[in-house]
Amino acid sequence: MSKILLLQGNQAVVEGAIAAGVKFFGGYPITPSTDVAESLAEQLPRVGGKFIQMEDEIASMGAIIGAALTGKKVMTATSGPGFSLKQELIGYACMAEIPLVIVNVQRVGPSTGQPTSPSQGDVMQARWGTHGDHWLIALTPASVSECFELTLRAYALSEKYRVPVILLMDEIIGHMREKIELPENYDEIPKVERKLPTCPPEEFKAYATDESLVPAMPPFGSGYRWHVTGLVHDETGFPKGTPAATLSATNRQHDKLYNNLDDIVEVENYAMEDAEYAIVAYGGAARAAYEAVDLARAGGMKVGLVRPITIWPFAEKQIKALASKVKHIMVHELNYGQYVLEVERVVKGAVPVTLFAKYDNDPATPDAILAEMKKAFK
Amino acid sequence: MLKIHINRCKGCGICVALCPKKVLAVSEVEKVMIVNEKDCIKCGQCEIHCPDFAIFVEK
Amino acid sequence: MKMEEMIDTYFRPGRLPHIWCPGCGNGIVTGCIVKAINKLDLQKDSVAVISGIGCSSRASGYLDFNTVHSAHGRALPVATGVKLADPGLNVIVVTGDGDASAIGGNHLIHAARRNIDMTVVLYNNNIYGMTGGQYSPLTPEHSKATTAPYGNVEKSFDIPTLVKAAGATFVARATTFHAPLLADLIAQGIAHKGFSLIEAITACPISFGRQNKLGGPGDMIKWQRDHGLQLAAYEKLGEEQRAGKFPIGVLYKAEGVKEYTEAYDELIVAAQGGK
Repeated sequence: MSKILLLQGNQAVVEGAIAAGVKFFGGYPITPSTDVAESLAEQLPRVGGKFIQMEDEIASMGAIIGAALTGKKVMTATSGPGFSLKQELIGYACMAEIPLVIVNVQRVGPSTGQPTSPSQGDVMQARWGTHGDHWLIALTPASVSECFELTLRAYALSEKYRVPVILLMDEIIGHMREKIELPENYDEIPKVERKLPTCPPEEFKAYATDESLVPAMPPFGSGYRWHVTGLVHDETGFPKGTPAATLSATNRQHDKLYNNLDDIVEVENYAMEDAEYAIVAYGGAARAAYEAVDLARAGGMKVGLVRPITIWPFAEKQIKALASKVKHIMVHELNYGQYVLEVERVVKGAVPVTLFAKYDNDPATPDAILAEMKKAFK
Repeated sequence: MLKIHINRCKGCGICVALCPKKVLAVSEVEKVMIVNEKDCIKCGQCEIHCPDFAIFVEK
Repeated sequence: MKMEEMIDTYFRPGRLPHIWCPGCGNGIVTGCIVKAINKLDLQKDSVAVISGIGCSSRASGYLDFNTVHSAHGRALPVATGVKLADPGLNVIVVTGDGDASAIGGNHLIHAARRNIDMTVVLYNNNIYGMTGGQYSPLTPEHSKATTAPYGNVEKSFDIPTLVKAAGATFVARATTFHAPLLADLIAQGIAHKGFSLIEAITACPISFGRQNKLGGPGDMIKWQRDHGLQLAAYEKLGEEQRAGKFPIGVLYKAEGVKEYTEAYDELIVAAQGGK
């Protein structure tokens, strides 16, 4: 049984969170993500969950880290300036390998910027926002339905790999209303649960791993008394600053994700079967790109859309393959040019890469994208 | 009567300063040593105030 | 239980000696925390110790409970998440003067305001020790610090007054000299249902004492003995006699104030259509 609703993207995220089994939200009000907090403040207590509005963005990250340690699935939601403030503890969650989901509904920046205007200016911050080498996952929905699906997927990945997952939304997707079909009963949705230790507590080493490279994570109070730290640590979980310990911890945090890119990285191809040209666009910017591709096709141009759904880790294999298939790639994004840098890095000049950057508060129309494609793809 | 974990002692001298009977001293290698055990009244000041859990009074 | 047995029971095996400098009082305060836990006979699995960053915050790693060495200033938000998500846990926050009152100052007043059931043990050594002796919000006026080479021109917080005003329902203070009292106050704080804070005055002979010519560890702990007065005795003194002295013991206690996680549980019942 399913139900059909008319929802905003932010509300679909909330439905996804409830469906995924989220039981704790810590947040701070900020446009344009506040609807997520407001809705979860109402919904979480109904399912026995907890909502807390913390004193600032940093504290809301701290609270969800603490709640995650008790075994709960947790969420926070924010936008631009709040996302910057959260970076400190995003780094902590990477280092201590705490599963959690951060929703970032991007807005124009830097600083207060344009709180109600769409932007995709946080792409690089999502990847490199905190200090030091670190790896995490970021997903970018392009429809209201996908907001629901990717929220579920964010928890599946976060729990499986013990890593922070960023749901990198934008104001278009967050506030757009669309029809969405949802299961009547969320209990029927399969859930991914955290790996628990199989050894007795006295043999437990908090960061010892099997071939998955992902350590088991028992909740506080379960009898496994372990130590969580943001310092470099060895498999016991206690600080160890030797070169060997640092190398081992760093490599494992990288490899646990990058050995599994086929599982993590998702890219949608639209009208790509016979495409001679490609436009690469994601999130809200992809909406107009679909229609621009249809218009171009109607005019005889063999163009397709490649839409990264997993924006981090970068879809290196898929973009490399694209460079050997088409004659020219255009990247369209709502910023001065961020994702394009990664595309250029991987394409390595094999084919021309053109950027259509839009950073004036308004998303591009399909006609504008078509005009740019006509100029580039001669 | 006094049990000392010499590996934990850092020779700070708090126990020496607070001992009412001058039972303890800090050695040249900056470790606590018992110099006058017979005067010990087991008051426990050393144990209570040792920051390094290095000295215990055995009753 | 004798003290040595307590150390063997509540400290993680093989982790002593600890990293603190000779004469640092942090070990005494940490010993008092385990004495309090022992006095209350808490199960080790039911205790979560959450610290920030700094000398004192290293205590969490030595203790055989569910422990978090969080980020600088952030122990209270993490502790708030732990406690709200699992109110069955006994949450103890270990923090220092810089950690709690500077970078974490906003979190401190808000955790107190919520009256969430946790016990903060604030190790006040008047200085940033880990980074080598910079002034904190609890460095006394005119004291020297590496970042106050001409003397500190800033006023300091009075932590008990601050957290009482913010909404804490149990506030106490003791020194490492008054260690048995300190252990007793921590036990009272843990037993208290609500936000409790115990300020533990502890000496930093290396990074604070040397710069201010306060003598050695023995001299600094005797200073605590001579300047900390039980609240009743302190209150009998006139204004002039109080100069340089400070009160110790239970400084404030409020009964009957709704605790945060209990209030939230009632909210859940209401949201689900109950009462």
